[in-house]
Amino acid sequence: MSVDSPARAGRGRLVLTRLLAAPGVLIGGGTVLLLFLLAFVGPYLTHWSYTDIDYASLRQPPSADHWFGTGGLGQDVYAQTLRGLQKSLIIGLLVALLSTVLAGLVGACAGYFGGWTDRLLIFFVDLMLVFPGFLVITIVSPRLRSAGWLAFVVLLAAFNWMITARVVRSMTISLKEREFVRAAQFMGVRPLRVIWRHVLPNCASYLIVDATIAVGSAVMSETALSYFGFGVKAPDVSLGTLIADGTDTAPTYPWTFYFAAGLLVLFVLAVNLIGDGLRDALDPTADAARRPSRRVRDAARPLPGRRTDSPVPTVDEATA
Amino acid sequence: MLRYLAKRLAYYLVLLVAAVFLAYALASAALDPRAYFEEKHPRPSTAAVDRQLTALGINDRTPVVIRFGHWAEGAVLHGDLGRTIHDTSVNADFGRRIWVSLRLLVVGSLLGMLLGVLAGAWSAVRQYRISDRALTISSFVLLSTPVFLLALFLKNGAIAANQASGHQLINFTGYETPGLTGGLGTHLADWGVHLLLPTLSLSLTGLATYSRYQRGTMLDVLGSDYLRTAEAKGLTRRRALLKHGLRTAVIPMSTLFAYNFLGIFTGAVFTETIFGWHGMGEWFINAIRENDTNSVVAVNLFTAVTVLASGFLADTLHAALDPRVRG
Repeated sequence: MSVDSPARAGRGRLVLTRLLAAPGVLIGGGTVLLLFLLAFVGPYLTHWSYTDIDYASLRQPPSADHWFGTGGLGQDVYAQTLRGLQKSLIIGLLVALLSTVLAGLVGACAGYFGGWTDRLLIFFVDLMLVFPGFLVITIVSPRLRSAGWLAFVVLLAAFNWMITARVVRSMTISLKEREFVRAAQFMGVRPLRVIWRHVLPNCASYLIVDATIAVGSAVMSETALSYFGFGVKAPDVSLGTLIADGTDTAPTYPWTFYFAAGLLVLFVLAVNLIGDGLRDALDPTADAARRPSRRVRDAARPLPGRRTDSPVPTVDEATA
Repeated sequence: MLRYLAKRLAYYLVLLVAAVFLAYALASAALDPRAYFEEKHPRPSTAAVDRQLTALGINDRTPVVIRFGHWAEGAVLHGDLGRTIHDTSVNADFGRRIWVSLRLLVVGSLLGMLLGVLAGAWSAVRQYRISDRALTISSFVLLSTPVFLLALFLKNGAIAANQASGHQLINFTGYETPGLTGGLGTHLADWGVHLLLPTLSLSLTGLATYSRYQRGTMLDVLGSDYLRTAEAKGLTRRRALLKHGLRTAVIPMSTLFAYNFLGIFTGAVFTETIFGWHGMGEWFINAIRENDTNSVVAVNLFTAVTVLASGFLADTLHAALDPRVRG
């Protein structure tokens, strides 16, 4: 996991070479870039805004004026979809950032301090895993109606960090025995500083990959909750609320549904491709010479889109 | 092995109690049953509302710990989960809906796991062939589609298929055709048709997840020395793969099963609502909209129990398959 300084330049180049060699990262990265452009520049290309209503055209198919057609009230589906895409992208990024920071801190503290700190934190993590975050967010959401979408971001992040924290914890436990951490401890460096300077940087590749995948899963949770009216609320729109609006009319007026649905799947897919490629490139156990057997290590890797670990302690942890 | 399992069970029980209490406190704090009664026409007096709330055990003027005490006493001693906001028994709803949900959950999760393990193992054996690549790409797409969207896609597909064929080819609303007459065979067929789409939308995601993992662990096993030894000692490849390969490769899946169950339950909430199944998930969504505290807690209890039960099942499976943990 650690990289000593002479190898650093070589490692940077190695990571870059591997990234460029993996078509998934390029395709995924390009797609995400295009989607961001579409979401933030696209709205300026049309004179319709997402709140505009064109009474002259209800449920019209895509045309030169309304690029993605219009909805049941005469809303411009193009403007609405881009607005929803913006919201979903921002929520996804913020949730991933927040949850990764939280997971890194909790996991590293549990692993580093051990003993009762560890037991308490792990109990807490298990407790949060017993409830699907979805249920809790749904219960709390009526109370947060006034707090807006930022509160929703915090809630989503609060239920998205536990599994990552468990992995960081077990990584920290093995890092704690390493010479450089020992040396820092013996030199009297304070625990939090050791965690910040020596432990977390060594978990960085895992955290980066995990944050990427978290963006995808956050967008999926966001849209699912918004679909049922427990997330982003009118007049604001997200891809989830748009899909909800278009559900009933999808068979007869497909444009009200499939643009939002398609962009959602496209974005999550692109993010997962990046995550998968990054993992290959950053994995320190990867050996470029062993390229053909690269897939063998798939076993040890978390999946795209789903974060992996058991909700309950695994056997080695339990017996430890 | 028994000692190990007993230890796990004790830990799960502590988790269960803590989790149920938290759910109770959270539901009590977030939901507002008082508003439900005060919005009635004609508007009842405060005293009447108080009386009603106290009778249901959800009066927000009683401290939450005492309310939980009463609820837990009834739940533990008499197996009574309280009254719904309409003053009907929560147990009655629970008993009716649990079978609807379990049918979906059990069939969906087991089918997903079984097909996923098979597909993954098969794909590993055929690494880099067209079939392997096709499976990899489709599992990536499936993993990028939220369950609710997958369910909607399937529903739209079924509508299109029904329109194209001119009659109700695939039934997707509810879990049975009301008022259907006929023998047992007709009923079973009817059940099967209704199960088709909801189960598919639940198990496809599971299939994608398990197949990715199984492919990875299987590839690991395929390159191992003991498999070569087994073949060198005269076992056929098929026998060596099934007896020595698959068994080792399936072990990590048992932990995944516990985790995945959580996702399946969340997915079931969506699929039930989308396909009009009157199960636990739909109950949950409705209960929140009606500020029905006791019903919300009951669904949470159900989730916690199923999640922990699947965790315990995974532990047992793990201990049975892997002799190292039995000690």
